[in-house]
Amino acid sequence: MSMAKKAVLMQGNEACVEGAIAAGMRFYAGYPITPSTEIAEQCALRLPQVGGKFIQMEDELASMAAVLGASAAGIKAMTATSGPGFSLKQENIGYGCMAEIPCVIVDVQRSGPSTGLPTSPSQGDYMQARWGTHGDHPVIALSPSSVLETYTLVIRAFNLSEKYRTPVIFLMDEIVGHMREGVTLPDPSDLIVNKRKASFHDGAYKRCYYVPEGQYVPAMKPFGAGERYNITGLAHDISGFPTNNNDQAGALYTRLMEKIDRNVDDIVRVQETMLDDADTAIVCFGGTARAVMSAVEEARAQGMKVGMFRPITVWPFPEGHLRARLPGLKRILVVEHNYGQMFLEVQRVVAGQTPVEFLGRLDGTVIPPADILEKLRRMEG
Amino acid sequence: MPSELIHEFMRIDHLPHIWCPGCGNGVIMRDVAVAIQELMDDPEVKLNREKVVIVSGIGCSSRAAGYMDFNSIHTTHGRAIAFATGIKFAKPELEVIVLTGDGDCSAIGGNHLIHAARRNMGLTVVTFNNDIYGMTGGQYSPTTPAGDKATTAPYGSLDRPFDIAQLAAGAGATFTARGSVYHVRETIDLIKQGIRHKGFSLIDVYSVCPTYYGRKNHKGGPVEMLRWQKENMVPTARYYAMSEEQKAGKLLVGTLTHSEYPEYTDEYDKLVKRVQAEMAGR
Repeated sequence: MSMAKKAVLMQGNEACVEGAIAAGMRFYAGYPITPSTEIAEQCALRLPQVGGKFIQMEDELASMAAVLGASAAGIKAMTATSGPGFSLKQENIGYGCMAEIPCVIVDVQRSGPSTGLPTSPSQGDYMQARWGTHGDHPVIALSPSSVLETYTLVIRAFNLSEKYRTPVIFLMDEIVGHMREGVTLPDPSDLIVNKRKASFHDGAYKRCYYVPEGQYVPAMKPFGAGERYNITGLAHDISGFPTNNNDQAGALYTRLMEKIDRNVDDIVRVQETMLDDADTAIVCFGGTARAVMSAVEEARAQGMKVGMFRPITVWPFPEGHLRARLPGLKRILVVEHNYGQMFLEVQRVVAGQTPVEFLGRLDGTVIPPADILEKLRRMEG
Repeated sequence: MPSELIHEFMRIDHLPHIWCPGCGNGVIMRDVAVAIQELMDDPEVKLNREKVVIVSGIGCSSRAAGYMDFNSIHTTHGRAIAFATGIKFAKPELEVIVLTGDGDCSAIGGNHLIHAARRNMGLTVVTFNNDIYGMTGGQYSPTTPAGDKATTAPYGSLDRPFDIAQLAAGAGATFTARGSVYHVRETIDLIKQGIRHKGFSLIDVYSVCPTYYGRKNHKGGPVEMLRWQKENMVPTARYYAMSEEQKAGKLLVGTLTHSEYPEYTDEYDKLVKRVQAEMAGR
């Protein structure tokens, strides 16, 4: 039975930690970086209280490595970072994709390449979340737009990570990370939390990456549980050992991609608001949705038929959902705090069927609803 | 018998190994396996094989993890100690042994080495120190002696080399030692001491790379390189019986530093108990 909970004033970064703990996260390794630091601070405070492990590592690379090690040892693990730190973590994120080690990487996006504007909002890591580490690899990335959604969605990030044995990028931005809102957190007992599939196959290490026909995700057993097996970032066969056999390497790479591609319907979530009668859709994600919703409401009040299409799963991009909306749409506006990144995905999906325009901002300030309205008027004009 | 050891502790379906003829790495891998075996058989220790995790990075050294029949993880270049930190901290009951190379642990992974030492994380690090980057074909490493040649130092290296054990000791490692592929019995004993030591231990084992380092620097073949170790590296008892003049130019094979300091995961467990007791008392 759920206990009634009272509303609390909470920051997005704090909600991320509380949600992760509700999901069973008991290991955090991180390195301080603005604007994600509150996540590390809150983990340092909260994890010992619930018997979990917190460690501040010597750098971003070590944080990512320690998280993967902890997960291989059987504990749900998370790290958080921003801009430069997200770049530094990329090699080991790729290791997690290749070796299929579940974990959650929070990126509270900040402005600019290099050191940029550390305390200013941006959504400039959207493409990096997809292609940040080298080589073809699978990615799931989720992006919340409110404090409450940060709490519930980070739980989903852990669930997907465990279900598909893959790192999940939790793509926050400075707007949501530092926003404070009154929230009533759901009782953790009401939340569905996925546990790791701990079954293992006969033959121990010789079949540890074996997947039955028609399935995509091998079972996983933690180190120390009595099945000695090997994990490597090299291309490997089903025994988990390096191989130079092109057929085996090809089969591995294909399965890694297909385990996400073939399960898009399970992974993808979208918020579609006021789109049923709309002739104009605004596509946006994360904290930008706040200004977009204000603009949509104002536009509606002025008689414009505008709705919002907000990918919650930002990778894989919800192309089926968007394509289904196209017949009713005369125009699409993509609003992002960057130079046009999800814009490219929208153009790819729309493929010239509907005009697509872009409104972005790069100066470290937020896009006000008035600018979005002005853009809508010019598009309709 | 070595062959029995291979059947018991090596994944023979993944042998032969990729190391060149005359490479010292296989000897060090065997030393680690014998050390584990002897600790499993030791009634005082009763090391549980299922709790042993072998962690390696990238390079010639790091292929050893895959050949050894334990929980094994072959990680990214330089990050073996950082992965190992995650494993040990997550599950302190695991016996985590890191197999790494001179480039892997003291160049690209140098930061993780010094910080794991500083924390006194309960890891045992065994370096396969061959003075060269072998996997990529013979570039100079942080332990290549100054003046020696490599493919990226065709006129001789200007870099001053690291002494990895000294580096770890300076960073706070509570057990450091030096072994060699010539001094097999001594090295096995040092690895055993490292595993039994509560805290961060590092055994810097001098390997030989006749293919790249030896050939580039006219050190002869494997036999000549092992002879150099025999003549210039001296086990503890004999070393300390030598005069200062005799010690000149010689390297000790044995324990270099040994001290006691609280181990990290033990201290964290105490912290958790304290925090939870304070919460319960509120």
